[in-house]
Amino acid sequence: MGKTVTEPKSKWKWRTNWPLHVMLIPAVVLTIIFAYWPMGGAVMAFQDFKPWLGFGGSEWVGWRNFERLFNNSDSLQVIWNTLIIAVLKIVAGLIAPFVFALMLNEVRHMVFKRSVQTLVYLPHFLSWVVLGGILSDILSTEGGLINKIVVALGHEPIFFLGDGDWFRFTVVISHVWKEFGFGTIVFLASIAGINPALYEAALMDGAGRWKQTLHITIPAMMPITIVLATLALGGVLNAGFDQIFNLYNSLVYDKGDIIDTFVYRIAIVSGNMGLGTALGLFKSVVGLVLIVGAYRLAYRYAGYRIF
Amino acid sequence: MPDHIQRSKVFTIVNTAVLALLSLCCVLPLVHILAVALSGKAPATANLVFLWPIDFTFDAFKDTLLNDNFSRSLLISLQRTVIGTVVTMVVAAMTAYPLSKESRAFKGRGMYAWFFVFTMLFSGGLVPTYIVVTKLGLNNSLWALILPSAVEVWSIILLLNFFRNIPKELEEASLIDGSGHFTTMFRIFIPLSLPAIATLSLFTMVFHWNEWFQGMLYNTNSQNYPLATLLQTIVVQQDFTKLAVNPEDMEDITNRTVKAAQIFIGALPILMVYPFLQRYFVKGIVLGAVKE
Repeated sequence: MGKTVTEPKSKWKWRTNWPLHVMLIPAVVLTIIFAYWPMGGAVMAFQDFKPWLGFGGSEWVGWRNFERLFNNSDSLQVIWNTLIIAVLKIVAGLIAPFVFALMLNEVRHMVFKRSVQTLVYLPHFLSWVVLGGILSDILSTEGGLINKIVVALGHEPIFFLGDGDWFRFTVVISHVWKEFGFGTIVFLASIAGINPALYEAALMDGAGRWKQTLHITIPAMMPITIVLATLALGGVLNAGFDQIFNLYNSLVYDKGDIIDTFVYRIAIVSGNMGLGTALGLFKSVVGLVLIVGAYRLAYRYAGYRIF
Repeated sequence: MPDHIQRSKVFTIVNTAVLALLSLCCVLPLVHILAVALSGKAPATANLVFLWPIDFTFDAFKDTLLNDNFSRSLLISLQRTVIGTVVTMVVAAMTAYPLSKESRAFKGRGMYAWFFVFTMLFSGGLVPTYIVVTKLGLNNSLWALILPSAVEVWSIILLLNFFRNIPKELEEASLIDGSGHFTTMFRIFIPLSLPAIATLSLFTMVFHWNEWFQGMLYNTNSQNYPLATLLQTIVVQQDFTKLAVNPEDMEDITNRTVKAAQIFIGALPILMVYPFLQRYFVKGIVLGAVKE
């Protein structure tokens, strides 16, 4: 009996399941070409790559590209810039939506609440090209909107996009400005998941709104905050190519250049492909380790899984 | 009036004011740009415009839309957005359907899943990808902007989660009735997942409309630039070396009101789909971010 059931079953499966494999063909082919083939191409980090000679013809140089990178003060500065900007963005980018969600949670007027949400989500969907255009206009030292306010307050106009320290400040603040609204969504969802009975019990015990927030709402938001913080660690070498590229200029390369923009400039603009790939590969490998580590931490401490 | 009620009233007023101010901060820059775009050249250059146009005129928009470079790029962007969204969504649906099956029912599911997820964790980097696209001869074609991002693993995960919520009985009934997996997918899964597909399509559209870097990387000829890339070059970087424009056109595009009009047109499609997007995305994001 057992035989007759198991054998035809596996045949039957293939007979009905082959379309499932067929459906996956386009995605598999595209992924091999545009994701796995480039991973193989990363061997040129170990070559003195010349496009006209190809992978086969270019000379192998071992770790020399990496040695050059890590003996070069420019690339070390770039890695440092990436870390500083990314960490500031992660910290500010978590605190702002956290506080904003708490404030929004205190609003009882639904129409007002919805309008606020609609307005603050918007910048997330605009591209850094559009926002870069707007920012360079309103931050301009020649009568830009923001500098008009700065001058009206009795200060000298600030060169937001032309001074290294101000540039970093501008990058972090504009990132927070673009994303804080959107970032509140997960926090609001976690607040919405709180059992109302907890608030009723607290009210019975004489806790006011502030005490309720402190002892119920904030603790309830902690697990998702920890998940977001750990997952963000995985992206600590991603300081935001789009944003930096659309805001920076040669005046702020020393403090504003990050790995991704630097790779673009040395590899594509200056044609130093081996060196650019080496830095890119360094970033990918460290990124992989960090992401896998972050997922493990998130799983262990907060039970988070992607699937 | 008791002290704590007084305090909570003050809190409500301050809280409301701060929230209102923050939300205004998110839209006022856009309103300012629109006001500049609709103003006369003189008041705009003299920085007199705040939130309301002075010497109201549509000239900047007219100049922009009549500019050949601009209208060509606009067309390319529209093509890219439509074709790119269709390609990405077809690939996503065809990938999510098999992956939504249980590992028991579909041998190989786990292997395929890891094959795709690994690309979210590790990549060859900018330069090798650039070389692959160049080797394939895709430079200066629309496909260089569409194919490399056609497999959107994140959308696939969201869609497969949605597929999993469709009752198993429907699928079994359909398979027993003799429909193959293709028919089952098109007749049952896709019609039942239209809300999810609509949401992901909107997100993909926004991506393609906003994406500018591939347009710059893979097009050696600025005639092939999508709008986002053109805006990046002329408005943000103000780098005219890549463009073949005559001095008269230069005059047009460096004018502050025209720049503002271009920025605003770059944002316009997003503002148009935003109301539809907003209805759906909260669910989508929460599904992706918080799981029990």
